[in-house]
Amino acid sequence: MQTSQLAFYFFSIILIVAASRVITSKNPVHAAMFLVLAFFTAACLWITLGAEFLAIALVLVYVGAVMVLFIFVVMMLDINREKERRRYRNWLLPVLIIAGVMVAEMFFVLGEQNLGIDSTPYPIFNDPNYSNTKELGRLIYTEYVYAFEIAAVILLVAIVAAIALTLRVRNNKRANDVADQVSTSSTGRIRMLSDLNDDIDANKRKDL
Amino acid sequence: MTILESMVGSTMSLALWTLLKVLAIAVPVMICVAFTTLAERKVIGYMQMRLGPNRVTFFGVGFLRGWAQPFADVVKLLLKEVIVPTNSNKFLFLLAPVLSLTPALAAWAVIPFSDYLVLTNIDAGLLYVMAITSMGVYGVIVAGWASNSKYAFLGAMRSAAQIVAYEIAMGFALVCVLMMSASLNLTVIVESQKGTFGLLGWNLIPLFPMFVVYFIAGVAETNRAPFDVAEGESEIVAGPHVEYSGTCFAVFFLAEYANMLLISTLATIMFLGGWLSPIPGLSDGAVWLLVKVAFLMFCFFWFRATFPRYRYDQIMRLGWKVFIPLTIVWLVFIGVLLKMSWWPW
Repeated sequence: MQTSQLAFYFFSIILIVAASRVITSKNPVHAAMFLVLAFFTAACLWITLGAEFLAIALVLVYVGAVMVLFIFVVMMLDINREKERRRYRNWLLPVLIIAGVMVAEMFFVLGEQNLGIDSTPYPIFNDPNYSNTKELGRLIYTEYVYAFEIAAVILLVAIVAAIALTLRVRNNKRANDVADQVSTSSTGRIRMLSDLNDDIDANKRKDL
Repeated sequence: MTILESMVGSTMSLALWTLLKVLAIAVPVMICVAFTTLAERKVIGYMQMRLGPNRVTFFGVGFLRGWAQPFADVVKLLLKEVIVPTNSNKFLFLLAPVLSLTPALAAWAVIPFSDYLVLTNIDAGLLYVMAITSMGVYGVIVAGWASNSKYAFLGAMRSAAQIVAYEIAMGFALVCVLMMSASLNLTVIVESQKGTFGLLGWNLIPLFPMFVVYFIAGVAETNRAPFDVAEGESEIVAGPHVEYSGTCFAVFFLAEYANMLLISTLATIMFLGGWLSPIPGLSDGAVWLLVKVAFLMFCFFWFRATFPRYRYDQIMRLGWKVFIPLTIVWLVFIGVLLKMSWWPW
């Protein structure tokens, strides 16, 4: 067996185990950690296929940013899975039907006739000076520039929408006003009384 | 390598040779980390008018007093018991230190020490470093969650939010660097800073604000003072490390210092011209890299001895509202500069 084949089977086994543990593990934090492992192993598989830019981008975006926020949220939730598990069993039949339809659809699109070993050419490993990253950049900014820009605008709209939907302006917020803090000076902090005794006497007279 | 090949065959010899090269980087990094802890204690000691560690020595040699302190610390930590708290998640609890050390060491694979001293000279080196270092946060998060302690969990939450915030600014600062050098390859990035005027060719000059942003973000990423709210001794004891003892704590410690070394080395490569000499005429070499890294490490200690800890909302404000807009503005500025070819060399 070749080293590349050995690497493929090694990563594939880890990927399948990790992916199935994502949906079978009882603890949500464990599930999220297995998802991290699944992403990382998928990136390793892509590297063996010569797509180093995509692999590193996967690790950078999904492992380094998306999953961190995901775990951040999952850790703070207090989910009692056992109670929910019992409820899931009532839905088993419809879920199985939907899953079956999805698998069938995926088979028609991703099946042997479209993406089989015979119909997909083997990735060409060019000379060491060939830069996958540079080629990808050239394609994105020349041939597919409109599709790329439209995708970017859609993402921007999504960001604005997410902020607009969750933004609540609270009037009684007890946060510090930074501009106010930065612009303080000694005269605004301490008030020097010219003659302390005069003030006290004046107050006493007022009380009387 | 030819000797190895004659002994164990070509595939095995390649694996062994690579392993040897990995050790040739990892072992010096570890020794550096050990002496960095000593240097930190000495520097901070002198800054506070103390002497710092000055007792432990090798075989009673007088002038090496204090120099064996790191090894004494390591032996002490190794001999201590590793306590796993009750109701903690044992597997994740023991995995967390490994998760924080692995990225800190794996990133060294693409670091060039001089024009030929590099383990793997890959094209997407900068991306690789960013991807690997972005995984370091898992160690802290998992440690905080698996410890089953409120202090540890609070620290982990603080650290996660802080690292995510500063990583964006760091990434944008590095985008400016790759615009200047038009490459993601770290060796090419250093070579592109080579000019006839020595120091003036470095990225430090056109990208000075980015260097400041990168280094401050690096201090925040490594959870060092004045951004060490994750540990925050006065409020949350020691943050994610509060339940760790013995070897596990030593591994966290190693990871933190290895990350500091990595940030200093990367800042040197990106902005301070790597192994290039600052004065035209002097020969370039790995020794320049070491000098620059040592200076940046000194800055880490200097900050720790000088600045009080930031308030948490101020850290968030600095990251999101100051650094990120600044980096984006500078990105546009550099783009215009390059397009109009205003840069004289």
